[in-house]
Amino acid sequence: MANFTLRINGETKTVSVEPDTPLLYVLRNDLALNGPKFGCGLAQCGACTVLVDGKPARSCVTPVSTAAKGRITTIEGLGTVDRLHPLQRAFIDEQACQCGFCGNGMVMSAKALLDRNPRPTDRQIKQTLNGHLCRCASHNRIVRAVQRAAVALRAEARS
Amino acid sequence: MSATPTQNVSRRDFLKVSGGLVIGFTLAPRLALGQDRLPGSLEANRMLDAWLRIEPNGTVTIFTGKIELGQGIGTALAQIAADELDVNLQRIEVVYGDTARTPNEGQTAGSLSVEQSGTALRFACAEGRDMLVSAAAAKLGVPATDLRVSDGTISAPGGATVTYWDLARDTDFKRQATAKVKPKPPAEHKWVGKSIARRDIPKKFTGGAAYVQDVRLPNMVFGRVVRPPSPGAQLLSVDEAAARRLPGVVAVVRDGSFLAVAAEREEQAIRAREALTRSARWKEAASLPPTGEALYRQLMSSPAPGDTVVEKTSSVAGAPVKTLEALYTRPYQSHGSIGPSCAVAQWQDGKLTVWTHSQGVFPLRADLAKVFGVKPQDIRCIHAEGAGCYGHNGADDVALDAALMARATRGRPVKLQWMRDDEFMWAPYGSAMAVKLSGGIDGQGNIVSWSHEMWSHPHSTRPGSSAGVNLLAARHLAQAFQPVLPADVPQPAGGAARNAIPLYDFPNVKVVKHYIAEAPLRTSALRTLGGYANVFALESFVDELALVAGADPVELRLNHLKDARGRAVIEAAAQRAGWQPGLLGDGTRGRGFAFAKYKNLACYCATVADVEVDRTTGRVSVARVVAAVDAGQIVNPDGVINQIEGGIIQSASWTLMESVRFDRTRVTTRSWSDYPILRFTEVPEVEVVLLDQPAERFLGVGEGAQGPAAAAIANGIANATGKRLRALPFTAERVKQALA
Repeated sequence: MANFTLRINGETKTVSVEPDTPLLYVLRNDLALNGPKFGCGLAQCGACTVLVDGKPARSCVTPVSTAAKGRITTIEGLGTVDRLHPLQRAFIDEQACQCGFCGNGMVMSAKALLDRNPRPTDRQIKQTLNGHLCRCASHNRIVRAVQRAAVALRAEARS
Repeated sequence: MSATPTQNVSRRDFLKVSGGLVIGFTLAPRLALGQDRLPGSLEANRMLDAWLRIEPNGTVTIFTGKIELGQGIGTALAQIAADELDVNLQRIEVVYGDTARTPNEGQTAGSLSVEQSGTALRFACAEGRDMLVSAAAAKLGVPATDLRVSDGTISAPGGATVTYWDLARDTDFKRQATAKVKPKPPAEHKWVGKSIARRDIPKKFTGGAAYVQDVRLPNMVFGRVVRPPSPGAQLLSVDEAAARRLPGVVAVVRDGSFLAVAAEREEQAIRAREALTRSARWKEAASLPPTGEALYRQLMSSPAPGDTVVEKTSSVAGAPVKTLEALYTRPYQSHGSIGPSCAVAQWQDGKLTVWTHSQGVFPLRADLAKVFGVKPQDIRCIHAEGAGCYGHNGADDVALDAALMARATRGRPVKLQWMRDDEFMWAPYGSAMAVKLSGGIDGQGNIVSWSHEMWSHPHSTRPGSSAGVNLLAARHLAQAFQPVLPADVPQPAGGAARNAIPLYDFPNVKVVKHYIAEAPLRTSALRTLGGYANVFALESFVDELALVAGADPVELRLNHLKDARGRAVIEAAAQRAGWQPGLLGDGTRGRGFAFAKYKNLACYCATVADVEVDRTTGRVSVARVVAAVDAGQIVNPDGVINQIEGGIIQSASWTLMESVRFDRTRVTTRSWSDYPILRFTEVPEVEVVLLDQPAERFLGVGEGAQGPAAAAIANGIANATGKRLRALPFTAERVKQALA
């Protein structure tokens, strides 16, 4: 066991775990964050995605020792039910899920995309999210949600 | 499914009958003398207070035995209740399947939740409102007919008011429903018919506690199960002691071939699972069928006599001048839930509590009670949402795993989560099927004879049968509980033969079913049961006959269909898609049509698929699908569209890509790399046209699109290339071969 200080969602948290512990279990079990999901444990489905220094990372295969070197953002760090991030608002407005289990990863990868490309094409959104699996088949709604968020974020940037 | 070949005939017949009753009629009529039959699930749960409660704090609680699985049922039921009660939607709280609190509505399956639970709540709430208004009339001294209700406030003409919340304590819903109070006419609905935003969504996008995976209890430990490497494998030896010495390990359970571990931390449980997997020695047997075409040859040679499902003959029809026969096949397919199954279990003072995403908390409880030898009342199963399941996945099995593990943790709750390979290798599959169609057309190009013969394993092996235990771990225990050999889901809904009876008015029809109850791989309900394969085959074959007859596929369907609502969806889909009769594909691009009324009982759905075939690679892409749907009265239009969109895209994935891999001993599909599904860049655009029928009863919609979508894609490929594909899935390799 070793101590790691995580910079996460604007706070710092110290956890005592084995260095190779996948970040996912630290987030879910030590920090009680529900957003990142266990889907495959193999970096194949994307449900566990968080941002480390603004870049999408599969927390199910990212050792906590690696993640501790950067700034971690989870979906909880974007906004809350009362103060939604435009991406969260857009996914709700588009009713862009059925079960929603993949939704965390979709939002987090979309966040990274919109941060570097505020005006993506549908094609770019689909390519960005191609590494994320959705089984209920809400894909088209998700693409619409990302576009809706892009519009909102651009308007926010202008004002 | 492991077999119990020693059963004699009479016992087997008994099980067939009893299993069938449970599967087919969980809500079977239990009519006492002199009792009227009540609508929906009220029939089996007759007390009004089982369905609703008016709370003095200004809210209404409705209770449903159904569960939320991302289909939006909670929102739809709240809409129905709000309308009948005349209260704002925000006042309604929904309690889902909980053996301690809700009515027993069997399984949340078969696209029946709105039909069964929605209908029950509609009548219960109408009656509840009537009782509250009567109570107000007595209190205010005004005839009930003069009173008006708005958001729970009852007003008399003179301005006197009383609220539901005032009346709550004195109004006793502890009485039998009569269903004599007529629900509102559709024109008076304020909430039903609107695309109300789903209540389960905001927490799902903000990290709220939305799933069973998010249940956290004090002192909880984390569990993992170590499954055998193959069906039927027996555990010979394992180094339990070494696993117990690993950091954090709290307990190891070994019981027969059931092996599980719990640890203080989740990653420790995973480590211990790996160690146990490495040290375990198993006795395996080659029990699995061959693959490829041999799979279907073996299936069709099973000693299962054909049961005639329907036979209709007509002396009026002319003799066929041309006949055709074709064999269609569907492989084993996986539910492929994104989140592997999970449950939380805790034993306290001999009583068990389980948080579960099972589709049926009461049937699960019944099977758990058998395994643990306790009374059902000593077990409480509480619904908590899981990842989408699309039928009978590992939800029930993992509940038993967690409960077995929790017996060894001295009262500490266990959250047991399957790993990805557990889910792919051990959740039941949709059965492989072979479907042989033959038919003939007369001199005028009419279809005059039709025969549909199918071979299939079970489509429902859920828990809750009258005999046996249908939970995976039960068969691995030293004192094993064998699963029952289930009967097929009976007609009219049907299991293996679901949707095999054509809705078209063909003069001579014969449908024969070969139901092979013993399956080499465990099979159970995957969305549509046999409907997907049967509609795929039936609607492909209509197109094959249309080609022989030189008829347009849409026209041929309409020529043989009297059902006005069926005709309307066919016409609506054709019109919206801009269907042009006689349009031939150009070698790579084409379009296909298909239609079905799900189960011949639920929603009508017609689809038009635009496909493109890359002749070099064999890759098929579906660019766009247009669907027209008649779901009777629509409670939530966006909810219906979401289900149809999802159904079409999921079906496109099944149809183009999916089949479970195995060798003669082991399932080799273990991760997503072994089981590719459709990705963002591959999904079609989908357009849905709704034909609302406010005066008609609800028709379930969750499984309406999958069959038609598959057949429309097959018909589109045939239209594009002139080649008919009959073996699912249409992988690039297979298409390339067909075009060579």
